[in-house]
Amino acid sequence: MTSPSITASGAKARASSSLGFPLILLICVVSSAVLYFGLSQLDSSYAFLAAYTVLQFVALATAWNILGGYAGYVNFGVAAFFATGVYTSVIIYKTVQWPLLVTIPVAAAAAGLLGLGMGYLTLRLRGVFFSIATLALAVVLNTIVVNWSFVGGSRGVYVMRPQEIILFSSYERYLFVVMLVLAIGSVLIARTIENSWLGRGLAALKDDEMAAECAGVPSLRMKLIATTISGALLGAAGAPFPFFVTYVDPPTAFSLSIAVNAIAMPLIGGTATWLGPVIGALLLGTFQQIATVTISSALNLLIVGVVLVIFITVAPNGIIGFVKDLREKRR
Amino acid sequence: MTFSLDLFSNAIVSGILLGGFYCAIAVGITIVFGMLDIVNIAHPAFIMTGGFIAYFANTQFGIDPLAACAIAMIPAYYLGRLLYRFYNVAFEKRGEESLQGLAFFFGLLFIIEVALLLIFGVDYRFVEAPYIGPTIEIGFISIPWRLLIPLIVGLGLVLVIIAFLSRTFIGKAILAVSQDPLALRLVGGSPVKVKEVAFGLSIATAILAGALLIIIQPIEPSFGRDFIGRVFCITVLGGMTSLPGTIVASMILGVSESLTSTFLGPSWSPAIAFGLLLITLAVRPVGIFGR
Amino acid sequence: MSNAPVLTSRGLTKRFGGFVALREIDFALASGERVGLIGPNGSGKSTFVNCLTGALQPEEGAVTFKGVDITRMAAWQRARLGLARSFQIPRPFRGLTVRENIEVPLAFVSGLSSQAELETRAEETLERVGLLAKSASSPKNLSQVELRKLELGRALAAQPEVLIADEAMAGLSDSEVDEILELLMQLNTKGIGIILIEHIMRAVMRFSQRVVVIVAGSKIADGDPQDVMQHPEVVRAYLGQ
Repeated sequence: MTSPSITASGAKARASSSLGFPLILLICVVSSAVLYFGLSQLDSSYAFLAAYTVLQFVALATAWNILGGYAGYVNFGVAAFFATGVYTSVIIYKTVQWPLLVTIPVAAAAAGLLGLGMGYLTLRLRGVFFSIATLALAVVLNTIVVNWSFVGGSRGVYVMRPQEIILFSSYERYLFVVMLVLAIGSVLIARTIENSWLGRGLAALKDDEMAAECAGVPSLRMKLIATTISGALLGAAGAPFPFFVTYVDPPTAFSLSIAVNAIAMPLIGGTATWLGPVIGALLLGTFQQIATVTISSALNLLIVGVVLVIFITVAPNGIIGFVKDLREKRR
Repeated sequence: MTFSLDLFSNAIVSGILLGGFYCAIAVGITIVFGMLDIVNIAHPAFIMTGGFIAYFANTQFGIDPLAACAIAMIPAYYLGRLLYRFYNVAFEKRGEESLQGLAFFFGLLFIIEVALLLIFGVDYRFVEAPYIGPTIEIGFISIPWRLLIPLIVGLGLVLVIIAFLSRTFIGKAILAVSQDPLALRLVGGSPVKVKEVAFGLSIATAILAGALLIIIQPIEPSFGRDFIGRVFCITVLGGMTSLPGTIVASMILGVSESLTSTFLGPSWSPAIAFGLLLITLAVRPVGIFGR
Repeated sequence: MSNAPVLTSRGLTKRFGGFVALREIDFALASGERVGLIGPNGSGKSTFVNCLTGALQPEEGAVTFKGVDITRMAAWQRARLGLARSFQIPRPFRGLTVRENIEVPLAFVSGLSSQAELETRAEETLERVGLLAKSASSPKNLSQVELRKLELGRALAAQPEVLIADEAMAGLSDSEVDEILELLMQLNTKGIGIILIEHIMRAVMRFSQRVVVIVAGSKIADGDPQDVMQHPEVVRAYLGQ
């Protein structure tokens, strides 16, 4: 009942991919420009910071979905990968002081390697062991950071934003554009994977790993590639974070909000295609930005948790699957 | 030299005491995850719930924390059965336990933690009982009652469960399902029913473990997260299905953590469980007692 | 039968804990040969197949394919060498359409990369197994016999030299059994060696040039179908059931 809708969307996605990459890129650039100038009209740095947070969720949800949605391997350690990016950035800031645009690829590499290592140790086993290991990974990295005074330990560390940044009137705007590019980049990477041999292989092994192997799919290798890319993108999204908050301590870097949202958003949006995490992140992210003003952040997270549980129970294919089902029923 | 021997023996002793408590937190996971393949990562949240039940009963009515949780185990058992029945219908029957089912327990873990946070706040909460405070001194080794009680209760709990599994009909059925889900169906039993009972039992043990936890130390809601690595480490290290394995693995973890915290500092001990878990998964995924 | 063996096992032993599931199995399949593999339930047939295809690792013995020792090779590597299998219980990729199911081995074994070529080749394969009409549907909407055909189609798309069909006809009606049998015969005429694991004796006798019997993990007979069925141990094993 649900599967034809997924496959139909898959077919459509492939059909649209024949429209060509340049067109997609053009749409992204135009909508980004509209967004940027729209926010500029609001004339408040808060608007840019709120938009940054939402875009960060788009990047995280999309990155998580590359492994979780496409391969069906649940990574509970999003906060660990994100924090790897955050603290790589902090280390670079405290040592060589490279510009952010150089820091991001380094952070991505660090988090990607972490993913590769974790995957190498646990992905040979049943998927659930990988999930459990990632669940504990955040605790361990947290412990290391708490004990590592160079990066601030449990007291935290202050990060000074550069005074000036070329082309931009404020650092907030610059950060916003960086995150915008990271989010769009993540989505484009996810979309490319989805339509490639990698996506096909992941979809096959998600359904049945042994059958996929017998169809020639090197499942361990595919999973390792997906874990590395997913981890790298999660880390990349964390790299600008120290400059965004200007004060980082373990509770902010390993925040529960990030761990939960990055999983809740794709599952609520729909994990089968790249669009699901984007929709989930935009909806939940915007809701939380509005809601934090009126209710406590704990209550906020409680709502996310409850919505997550309701969705996976009632609409296991997320908003996208739900809408497709409705459409098919009407037909 | 005498000083460090003193330190060392005390670390070993408190590690063993801690291990006894770890038996109580992990035994439920050994039953549902190790034996029956239900990946209840929300288990630590139920432990925290038990802790706060003990806190509430103790501060409001002056009830002994252990007695409070022993009583609470009964409704917890039925609640656990209900929860499994829901999980079975919503995820297992649809064949979606690996992604959605796992996310369900994750959501649950999270909802319970935030709910506890909203009810009890972020402050450390503790209980009062006659055995919290006094210490037995044997030579240079000191054994605090607040650690000895959890050791006795934790080991006792596992022994009772071992007896339950080997002596009762439903217990034998749980073991049968853990070896081969089809075997039970052949003799006309229902694996779902068996899993339901086991899940209820597991939640009940979590509640009791919560009482032990708050006897050992003051708690706050986010504490539960530190136990995720521990419970799964113990079950995997102990060989998944083996209850004696659970006891041995609990002791290994307890002693390793205690030594680490004595000689490296207590802030390092949360990482030990994960390290052990990862080494076990990488080197010997069947655990020390696995076949 | 005069051809050199393409797939062999020597002294293959598989244990599960203390239980010996397979005991020193020697086996050889000549190129293009049709062999029936029979034995009571739980005798170790599927374990044997799993050791040949890489789903399980044997404790002792060796498996060779086209002269290469593949004992420790991963399943996907064996698939790429040309060793294909179908599963006892059909295991389609449920999230993909029927055609996309076929495209997986086409992409990963045959190494096709252009989408157009993948589609044409997948449709050719579907036509061969008689599933072309279902190309765009989900495996969830297929009947039992159609699922069996999809299993065979997926195995076929890997352009195998040897196909292991694990109970490809279980639970099918007589006419459906004939349909699958016909399909297998047709594949064999293209030079594909086939091992047929089957309970339906009528199908085994019609199909096989040679029959191998495994009972309680040991090979007890190997030879001409008629002779094997007269073999006292085979008679005892089957009548004893």
